Amino acid sequence: MTTTTQHPDIKKILADRGLDGSGKDIWTKRLGEITEDEVKWALSRQPGYYVLDRLLMLISPAAENYIEQMSQIAHQLTLQRFGKTVRLYAPLYVSNFCVNGCTYCGFSTNHRFSRIRLTIEQALAEAETIAKEGFKDLLLVSSEDKKFITVDYLAELASKLRPKFSSLSVEIYQMSAKEYAKLFAAGIEGVTLYQETYDRETYRKYHPGGPKADYDYRLSAADSFGQAGMREIGLGALLGLDDWRLETLALAEHAHYLMKRYWKSRVSFSFPRLRPAKDVDSARFNLLSDTNLIQMILALRLCFADAGMTISTREPAYLRDQLVKLGITRMSAGSKTNPGGYSTHADSVGQFEIDDSRSPAQIAAMLKSQGLEPVWKDWDSAFTDA
Amino acid sequence: MDKLVIAGKQFTSRLLIGTGKFSSSKSMAQAIDAAGAQIVTVALRRVDITNKDDDMLSAIDRNKYLLLPNTSGARTADEAIRLARLARAATGINWVKLEVTPDPYYLLPDPIETLKAAEILVKEGFVVLPYINADPILSKKLQDVGTATVMPLASPIGSNQGLKTRAAIEIIIEQANVPVVVDAGLGLPSHAAEAMEMGADAVLVNTAIATAVEPVKMAEAFKLAVAAGRMAYLSGTAAESKKANASSPLTGFLRNE
Repeated sequence: MTTTTQHPDIKKILADRGLDGSGKDIWTKRLGEITEDEVKWALSRQPGYYVLDRLLMLISPAAENYIEQMSQIAHQLTLQRFGKTVRLYAPLYVSNFCVNGCTYCGFSTNHRFSRIRLTIEQALAEAETIAKEGFKDLLLVSSEDKKFITVDYLAELASKLRPKFSSLSVEIYQMSAKEYAKLFAAGIEGVTLYQETYDRETYRKYHPGGPKADYDYRLSAADSFGQAGMREIGLGALLGLDDWRLETLALAEHAHYLMKRYWKSRVSFSFPRLRPAKDVDSARFNLLSDTNLIQMILALRLCFADAGMTISTREPAYLRDQLVKLGITRMSAGSKTNPGGYSTHADSVGQFEIDDSRSPAQIAAMLKSQGLEPVWKDWDSAFTDA
Repeated sequence: MDKLVIAGKQFTSRLLIGTGKFSSSKSMAQAIDAAGAQIVTVALRRVDITNKDDDMLSAIDRNKYLLLPNTSGARTADEAIRLARLARAATGINWVKLEVTPDPYYLLPDPIETLKAAEILVKEGFVVLPYINADPILSKKLQDVGTATVMPLASPIGSNQGLKTRAAIEIIIEQANVPVVVDAGLGLPSHAAEAMEMGADAVLVNTAIATAVEPVKMAEAFKLAVAAGRMAYLSGTAAESKKANASSPLTGFLRNE
């Protein structure tokens, strides 16, 4: 992107604003000082546009008393932009081999268990099971070990999945723009990759080893999706590592930056709250409450009218049933987080435990009962010339 | 009788309906019926065009409505062309609502890619209805390459803001050789009536109907507004003036001269 090199990159933006952890104390103090009058002012502005100051007010402790007002606005805005619909997707884990030591993850390289990687045939069998549930939107997921999951593996798998699925995206280890372009050419149109945490110090603490330990490299990932021409750029912070309020500010800055620079790609948000996983000490998590999770979703919706917002089966049924009225536009259903979990290797080790275990049909029925149309297909493989 | 003619086909309804954002295919079908629409546009991305049992497609009675596939989601001319060809191959429908919208947020149409795609699709025998910004010169260029209509936007799609591009649409209508269908941004029946009073040949509405609390009632409201606006246009709307016009003019005595 030669035309945009004169603008600061995301690393500089976050550093200048103190949102990479360097301004933690100042931001925390400022958040604590926000008054209810400021929150009311923020709510009186036309919703749907991003301004850092307004987001700050909406995620402040003072705004916790205004969740209902925020919900009303977010609901109207989501209804107007996305209609009475919620998109459904399913994840397909292809491998749990990993070279990274992320201390919150069931796949950490330091954990001892029998690991598996699906062959192309096994992955296709899994996909077949998923397709039978009605899914057309498939997310391929893999941990990082290039010995087992290569770009060529993913490209081959994608080209074989294309006849069955209208939309393919990936949530995998970080690659180069060139490699993402190869995946795009094979029919993968979206990439989700979480920064995990935007706080450098916290990032270092939770990522002691492996290629993922490099914060700056991780931060540059989304630029590579944009450069590769990906249609969907999925962002998120892993909720439970650092202060969710500061993560939200950094996340918003990141999204805003990407929207301006890669204007043909759509940015979407996920809200992954940490979940228990095998051999992971969940007592260390710094989890946020349901109220604060909702506050985060609403605040981002009020600043980004058109951003896709995804909630996975990490969250409990009672909460997911409400979130579809509060800004969420896409959800997974019937997910398995272990490679082969749908049919071929039911007992393999998963990345984390899901909470909402209802079947895709049950989720669709829940949506219909709320006057929402479950949308299985909102893309077409014909868009990509692969 | 007053009829809308597009590519030689006659229609009595001047309200085209979009099918996104409804709570169910049933709700959509009821709204289309209440709108009295005859042309219904469907996003190819949302349906499985090769599948006769597709939930949304099967809810639209092809004997009653002209199914108008649209290329929503296409970022380039190539993508739009590919989708149009796919739809024609699967259904035999050679009409296409051409949408090329590289910006995923405001979904504003790309004039350059739209013109490029229109030229190719017309040559391939498609009846092309292009979604465009309210640009009179682009409208002329599209007519030159043979599009069946032009479909200028009233304001950004889904925004419900009404006729923000009024001045440009007036010029498009004045100069058009093909029907002008005002598309996108009409949030209220009064907006639709305003477009029809100006002399638009038809309007296309989706969000305002689909996201209403009662889509069927809103569809009917739009139907009435479009009919009223058209009737007003045909009856010769009175010229607008900033000043009041005295009904007893000061120079009335000159008539007796």
